[in-house]
Amino acid sequence: MKKRLLDIAHGRSGDKGNAANIGIIAYDQKGYELLQKHLTIERMKNHFEGICFGKIERFELPNLKALNFLLHDTLGGGGTVSLKHDAQGKTLAAALLRMEIDIDESF
Amino acid sequence: MKDKILIASGQGFWGDLIDAPYKQVTEGEVDYLVMDYLAEVTMSILQKQMNKNPMLGYAADIPDLMKRILPVCWDKNIKIITNGGGVNPTACAEAVMEVAKSLGIENIKVAVVIGDNILDRINEIVDSGCMLNNMETGEPVTIIKDKMLSANVYFGALPIAEALKEGADIVITGRTTDTGLTLAPMIYEFNWDVQDYNLMAAGTVAGHILECGGQASGGNFLGDWESIEMANIGFPIAEAYPDGTVIITKHNSLGGKVSFETVAEQLVYEIGDPEEYITPDCVADFTSIKLEDLGNNRVKVFNVAGKPETNMFKVSCSYAKGYSATGSLTYSWPQALTKAKAADKILRKRLEYLGLNLEEIRTEYVGYNSCHGPLSYTPDEDKINEIVMKVSVRSDDYASVERFGKEIAPLILTGPPSVTGFAGGRPKPSSVVAYWPALIPKNLVFPEVKIMEYSI
Repeated sequence: MKKRLLDIAHGRSGDKGNAANIGIIAYDQKGYELLQKHLTIERMKNHFEGICFGKIERFELPNLKALNFLLHDTLGGGGTVSLKHDAQGKTLAAALLRMEIDIDESF
Repeated sequence: MKDKILIASGQGFWGDLIDAPYKQVTEGEVDYLVMDYLAEVTMSILQKQMNKNPMLGYAADIPDLMKRILPVCWDKNIKIITNGGGVNPTACAEAVMEVAKSLGIENIKVAVVIGDNILDRINEIVDSGCMLNNMETGEPVTIIKDKMLSANVYFGALPIAEALKEGADIVITGRTTDTGLTLAPMIYEFNWDVQDYNLMAAGTVAGHILECGGQASGGNFLGDWESIEMANIGFPIAEAYPDGTVIITKHNSLGGKVSFETVAEQLVYEIGDPEEYITPDCVADFTSIKLEDLGNNRVKVFNVAGKPETNMFKVSCSYAKGYSATGSLTYSWPQALTKAKAADKILRKRLEYLGLNLEEIRTEYVGYNSCHGPLSYTPDEDKINEIVMKVSVRSDDYASVERFGKEIAPLILTGPPSVTGFAGGRPKPSSVVAYWPALIPKNLVFPEVKIMEYSI
């Protein structure tokens, strides 16, 4: 069964220079285990192809049931220099929540 | 010693809700009001102002704000801490003291924290061997030195705590970390040992939660945002205890929401490696943080661990990087996207014929894929109601950017049909100010706390 991350998590994104940071937080422990399992750097690279042009770093915050990602080379130069409509990456957390993952029926 | 203190966030950035600070000090109990007015490149704007007029260079909103809130704050003994002093905290403090005098408030003690502005010291610093390399690219500062507009060191909580120790009612700083604004009152009121890094980290985390104002109390919330009363949103308040426990809350009479989820979202905002959240005061470990939702818009933040600070301060420099301009037009159904793309093609051909010198041209289709790019749905075009074609350019050549601005409006009469959304005249070039983050050894910078004297 496929599920959108939007159904199991929320989050927020922002800028750190020319990198975007995306924090994604599961609503419950089961959801967090799914995030940990499915949100590998490889998976993130694929999802953000054409948006992220640099490396991706991945961090875990288990107490918050959250993962934090740094997507380098994503903001067209960053902050005040970028010509992008979303120069600070504020809609990228939502872009991550579009991702569909396979979960088994017992969820 | 107080058994707890209430620190209210009044502003997340310069441009935030004007009434937020007033509501914080009138709608409930508060001991401290902390306000952040400085984005990355705000200093360059303020530096330009001060270059033209030595009496300027601070956040212009502050005197008017003080007129409104000083009577309440003085009456209720609420102390105010802000970095709105910008590049001229002294002039800001003088303006605030004038306001106090005009309100009949005698004997208010205003302190400034200065020493962060190193714009005039760049040559001296580079000569001493510190190249102020760009933290992202590694390039030495010498490549942009001639175009530098501002250079300010991020001080932390210690100079502010010092000012509070000297009896300040209001502390006005230049560049200070947002987290320092919130940590300082805790150090002062609870007599914290500044080498107790778990406590420093606890105050730092509270500062991170407060630093974006309403974003911790229900604003920009990707959880259940629809159920939150937003129009009258209450900004967050940190109810801090001597052992480092902090309860994040808000005034009951105001809207907004403080929950595990709203606080968690703010905690993951704009962080890199969560184990290494570096500030002038400590290195906080965000993975250690525990939250407990106590209900009733109260969330306990505890278990925070920290390590010693580094021996470097972060410096935020800004420099001139050419000009940019943006123009947009709205195309309605039918064929909204096809027409927008065609208009872009026509425009780019015209810019090419003109031989304009443009470093970057970027076109985005708002309403289609300007937010999520390749992840966006691609609906049948017949279902698209309207598209905004947004074109932006950047160049070191002012004339080229200005000429670009004159090429948008003609598309209305000489481009694809059923187009609107053009108002406000020709897009004018605006100066692009770029950000240059660097590190400087702490022993090269000298924070100074000054209590302002009343002139008779």
